[in-house]
Amino acid sequence: MNKDIIIRNGTVYDPINGISGEKKDIFISRGKIVEKLKGKDVRVINASGKVVMPSGVDVHSHIAGGKVNMGRLFRPEDSIRREISAVNGLRSGTGFSVPSTFITGYMYAKMGYTLANEPAVPPLKARHTHEEFNDTPMIDQLGLLLLGNNQQLIEYIAKGDREFLSSWVAFMLNSTKTYGIKAVNPGGTLAWGWGKNVLSLNDEVPYFNVTPREIIENLIRICEKLKLPHPLHIHLNNLGNPGNYETTMASLKFSPMHITHMQFNSYGGDSWKNFCSEAEKIANKINKREKITVDMGQVVFGDTTTMTADAPFEYHLSSLNKMKWNNADVEDETGGGIVPYIYREKSPVNAVQWAVGLEIALHINDPWRVFMTTDHPNAAPFIYYPRIIAWLMSRKYREETLEKCHRWAAERTTLASLDRELSLEEIAIMTRAGPAKRLGLDSSLSEGSEASIAIYDLNPEENDGERIEKAFSSAAYTIKEGDIVVKDGKVVKEVQGKTFWVKSKVEKDLKKDIEERFLYYTINPENYEVGLEYLPRGMEITTK
Amino acid sequence: MKEIILKVKEIPEIGMEAENISPDIFAGENLEGIENLRVYVGSRKERLKKFFGVEGKKAEKPEDLKIVIKGNVSRVKRIGQGMSAGEILIKGDAGMHLGSRMKGGKITTEGNVGSWTGMEMSGGKITIEGNAGNFVGSAYRGNYKGMNGGEILIQGDAGSNIGACMTNGKITIKGNADQFVGVRMQGGLILLEGNVDSRAGAEMMKGIIVIEGSVKEMLPSFMEKGEVEKIKANGEEIKGKFTEYMGDLAEGGDGRVYVKS
Repeated sequence: MNKDIIIRNGTVYDPINGISGEKKDIFISRGKIVEKLKGKDVRVINASGKVVMPSGVDVHSHIAGGKVNMGRLFRPEDSIRREISAVNGLRSGTGFSVPSTFITGYMYAKMGYTLANEPAVPPLKARHTHEEFNDTPMIDQLGLLLLGNNQQLIEYIAKGDREFLSSWVAFMLNSTKTYGIKAVNPGGTLAWGWGKNVLSLNDEVPYFNVTPREIIENLIRICEKLKLPHPLHIHLNNLGNPGNYETTMASLKFSPMHITHMQFNSYGGDSWKNFCSEAEKIANKINKREKITVDMGQVVFGDTTTMTADAPFEYHLSSLNKMKWNNADVEDETGGGIVPYIYREKSPVNAVQWAVGLEIALHINDPWRVFMTTDHPNAAPFIYYPRIIAWLMSRKYREETLEKCHRWAAERTTLASLDRELSLEEIAIMTRAGPAKRLGLDSSLSEGSEASIAIYDLNPEENDGERIEKAFSSAAYTIKEGDIVVKDGKVVKEVQGKTFWVKSKVEKDLKKDIEERFLYYTINPENYEVGLEYLPRGMEITTK
Repeated sequence: MKEIILKVKEIPEIGMEAENISPDIFAGENLEGIENLRVYVGSRKERLKKFFGVEGKKAEKPEDLKIVIKGNVSRVKRIGQGMSAGEILIKGDAGMHLGSRMKGGKITTEGNVGSWTGMEMSGGKITIEGNAGNFVGSAYRGNYKGMNGGEILIQGDAGSNIGACMTNGKITIKGNADQFVGVRMQGGLILLEGNVDSRAGAEMMKGIIVIEGSVKEMLPSFMEKGEVEKIKANGEEIKGKFTEYMGDLAEGGDGRVYVKS
């Protein structure tokens, strides 16, 4: 049993309880936050001059499953960029933008994070994803199920069969032990099977004669009907193309939903020559749409790996950057692609992309509705979060980078004119309280909450970008469920995280439909379900 | 120039990773320090002295140091990896990854070398008096940029995929070479004095391959441009009658392969 802990005299940021920068003691007993401690055998952490927050929550990070693993296999040259040997009873690992499982957990814990959402689980790869979850220590995890291009669902939508549609989704969520619904380029990856794509909400998916609009409307309705804790998590159509903000503006009519990596969908112009940012327009519209949340998808310059279920986009990208390309088809369910990518400061387009991410975060007024991500590893590996925090908190720090960028970053975006600097409270919302609340999970220091806490060696008044980045890169302490797992930026204890999943009610009898559909699958329906033995620390959430 | 002599005692069959055998690492170390440098045998850490006798004089800077290896080190990998100055002379065969990511200095082997010699090197010179394996001067597995500076000279024959993804520098092969010379090449010069198997320059985008012997067959994605009397490449001039090919057109490439007419 762990000793009880007192965190003394820290400057506490706990947005869910409205606590912002108060000097306060925190008491931990039996893995929970308590009001008082009784015993005398207590470990005291002196947090004087330090910042105390709930631990970090990543709302969108590709860290496990078939496509991530393919990325690892596909990029041995990424593997040798970081080699970590096994020390102090920890495991070894390699990889920079697609790190192996164990070190992924360690690196998150070092930054004070204890939860990450794997946002793209192809149903057939769910078993693999859970196996990797089990090998990713330190963090709690959950997976969102890719359903925007599932043939069975699209057929129900084409027929207008709403009852069976939501039952099928419930059956899939239960079978895969996942947490919610993700749609990636709805209809587009399915169209890719015919060598095509859909770029606007009204383009028809070949053969099925269904539009992205119908798919999105139906998936939003199912999320509400099944009372899922997280709304539809969507990667919009027409991602990554100049002028795609028009598709985005049209898609903002739907709600509630969480739009991910907004940066990739906020571009103006109609070619790479007149490519520019439309982030301000998008952000203004989001400011008015209260049931929509977004995450940034912030670019950080360097070599990374793009991977998405948006298979036609990856083909397009590989023809632009002439690097290697992996394409995958997951039977009747979805597809995907992987292409390495190098974001360069001197590239005009990359410089604009870098600025767009920050514009999104700074133009959206309410931090509860914009979360910090890099769409790891698509726009950058997650290890750069501390740098993004520093860019958001210090205008000077981001202007230093802006000066190094191609002039388009200043000329074709509004970033240079933005003087907003986020406070530590706003950062605490964007990196923990906000994403946790949107996922329907807890990330607070309330009495009775799980004691998962990050302590950073940072003066709350600090304004120097470099010092902010350093403090958030290497937590003074990370506490997971009452265990001190990181001290002074070093992992001191390996712990196994939990896996959250949602159990839904299947209302219709799907026996006949399952029999018919599984004629086209390579596995039997009996072998399709991921058993609970794959979730040693599974946390079932039952919806009513 | 000071010399350090490494005499081979016995090299285990499993092979050894010895990136610490490099003037950059030896510089400033006395003999005892060198004897205690770490090598890997499989996953086991061992000391250099277990496998090599060490003699000679200490040098403070790598550029003042010459390492002479006496004996067969064909099972020793990564000798001279990342070295920036100084010299290594191997009086025998050498293993894989000799001088990979080397930045400067000189390596000479009197025998044969394994694959990946001079991988991603950016400067310096490697001379191989015997034959070479595959992927000499290439990119690391999966990487897109190979050798981008310096020079490799192979007196004997070479294996396949020589200069894969090469972006700059020069490779000279006096003997024959196997398939895929200069695959995905993006710059630099490969000069072959002997004969070449098929698929030379596959997927090349830029750069020059000169074949003074015969070529088994050219890829159909190369276009014959006619005959030239001399070739200008890497600041030098090569004289003689050559047929000029442009490609690889499958990649929209603008590379050149010259084959002696």
